[in-house]
Amino acid sequence: MDGEDPTARREFLKTTGLLTGVLAAGTPLALIAPSRAWALDLQVLTSTEGRTLLMVSRTICPHDKLEDAAYAVVVRSVDESAAHDPRMLSLLRAGLRRLGSDFASADEDERVRRLRAVERTAFFRTLRTDTLGTLYTTPMAYAYFGYQGEAFSKGGYLFRGFNDLKWLPDVPLADSGPMPGQGGA
Amino acid sequence: MSRIAHDDASAVVIVGSGAGGGTLAHELTRRGIPVVLLEAGKRQSLATFTQVPGAAFAQLTWLDPRTQSGTWTVVEDYPTLPSWTCKTVGGTTVHWTGATPRLRSWEIKPRTTYGDVSGTSLIDWPIAYHELMTYYREAERRMVSTRRNGVPGLPASNNFKVMYAGAKAVGYKRVHTGYMAINSRPADDRAFCIQQGFCVQGCKTGAKWSTLYTEIPRAEATGHLDLRIESMATRIEHGSNGRVTGVVYRDRDGQEQRQRARIVCVACNAVETPRLLLLSESGKYPRGLANASDQVGRNYVHHVSGFIWGLFDKPVDFWRGTTLAGIVEDEIVNRPARGFVGGYHLELAALDLPTFPQVGLPYGWGRSFASIIDDYRNIAGMFINGEDLPRAGNRITLDPRVKDADGLPVAHIHVDPHPNDSAMRRHAQRQGTRMYDAVGAKRVVLSRQTPATHNMGTARMSANPADGVANAYGQTHDIPNLFISDGSQFPSAGSANPTLTIVALTLRQAGYIERQMSAGEI
Repeated sequence: MDGEDPTARREFLKTTGLLTGVLAAGTPLALIAPSRAWALDLQVLTSTEGRTLLMVSRTICPHDKLEDAAYAVVVRSVDESAAHDPRMLSLLRAGLRRLGSDFASADEDERVRRLRAVERTAFFRTLRTDTLGTLYTTPMAYAYFGYQGEAFSKGGYLFRGFNDLKWLPDVPLADSGPMPGQGGA
Repeated sequence: MSRIAHDDASAVVIVGSGAGGGTLAHELTRRGIPVVLLEAGKRQSLATFTQVPGAAFAQLTWLDPRTQSGTWTVVEDYPTLPSWTCKTVGGTTVHWTGATPRLRSWEIKPRTTYGDVSGTSLIDWPIAYHELMTYYREAERRMVSTRRNGVPGLPASNNFKVMYAGAKAVGYKRVHTGYMAINSRPADDRAFCIQQGFCVQGCKTGAKWSTLYTEIPRAEATGHLDLRIESMATRIEHGSNGRVTGVVYRDRDGQEQRQRARIVCVACNAVETPRLLLLSESGKYPRGLANASDQVGRNYVHHVSGFIWGLFDKPVDFWRGTTLAGIVEDEIVNRPARGFVGGYHLELAALDLPTFPQVGLPYGWGRSFASIIDDYRNIAGMFINGEDLPRAGNRITLDPRVKDADGLPVAHIHVDPHPNDSAMRRHAQRQGTRMYDAVGAKRVVLSRQTPATHNMGTARMSANPADGVANAYGQTHDIPNLFISDGSQFPSAGSANPTLTIVALTLRQAGYIERQMSAGEI
């Protein structure tokens, strides 16, 4: 249209946000990731909303040395559901307004205080559920918490440490059982 | 596999393919009796089981909507998942953890043993223990239970070493790696357990017994089984003489089908079994089928349950190894001096990382909550499995407001725990805490009641028809050719994981059905 400010036009076309970050050097993920820089293009949320949600998620489950990139996966999941569910989007927007636009930069005590104030709302319950349901599912989380995941593809844990605990005595055979192929088989 | 015509009225129709239905299908077809087996879910295999916990949950779990109410904490903690069972060929034997303890002789006489406990609807089982024991032995041979019939136990995992040391330190005597229908050596044309720790996601080696790859293919091999997957039973029909005549179901294309039947056996797990009976109400049976006593759906029991986690300052790596291979048997006694009647098992438990925060922990968030997960490598775990007492008001009903995809009322679960349940839970939590403290735990975390994986009692057997739904063979009091073939028929929960008892009762029921058919009674 004639006379339109090109910047405004760009804002009109691109109202949704981008979350970016850089992985800390030497962390498990940085060792395997193709690049230390990461970016998440949001479908419906703005950058500020995305950043606030990331800090909500980090405040719900604070793991200090876990990368922002791990929490960004929660934001991606929330953004994805909001993109397909207008009610979810308005629930999020209303909740984010209550938290305040400076939530992400507030200190942890303040963030906890503001979340406590909305703890009984559907907004908070949804984000708590999404954080618990998403944060611990990724290779990043597996590496961070030391969880090895499935072992079928490697022959199970039978010969990979299922009984390697040494700080307590072994269980007598009568109350345990033989390794397959040894005794009784 | 055979194809049985919809209007063929000679077949036995079994609804549900889990421990009860899948085993019954095998037992009847091997006797030459034609069976139509209706299963609401899809058919998976060792190859299609996924090792992504969330995907496995979605692949196997019964996720049709249910509603709930009552004072049990599950209403608040798991509003959309009061019960955690399966919707797949093999039913809940696909995700079960393989524990096959027996009920004790006094546990099947709870009214006699516990007396008149106020606020309960206790009755004794109408079956002699020595007879149940005959079928326990047969079931244990069939499922290849460890520590029975000369089958060795499973080797102890790290997680069990912690449980064992703690149990011995507080004076427990009967502590071992359990009676498990998980192969400790190759048997039954199935592999041995490689200690993957992925029992609940579907056992990819088949070391764990499941009707999916034992009873059902063996039933198919007889040539007398017609298994129909993605077929959701919606109604059981009857004739003017009151006997059932067939089952209406939705096939995989959403088309309504009607299978005629000589006999109908309902084995949908104890939430859906009463729902189907109630959905089948008619002019002749206005309260639903087999419900002259008004007991269908009542007396719902689900076990006192909950996790106990010990956090240590050294690694346990508790996810490595057979999930539930460990028990303490010492508390399976009736000693009212503890402050409650009935007993409980303490059973080994572990959860994969994605599931742990969602199901394993009490509600929480923030520093204290997250710090538990920070210690994930250093956690040892166990699970309380105790007898909860039946109450007439703890029941499954049809939700008057919420409908499923077919427009039928969903199951509504109401539970108000008896004070006895709460007292038992506190005792078990105290004992579990003592165990972990005794071996140096820096912190013990207790979960609340978990979604019910053991559902029982909602179409119970009773000597007196006024007290229950079925006789000692699971045959309904009101309708001779209608049977209850799952844990719904348990008059009480006992403290044992239910699958072995379901299989034992099914083996007994199959012989009874054959005799009744031969005699021309049904």
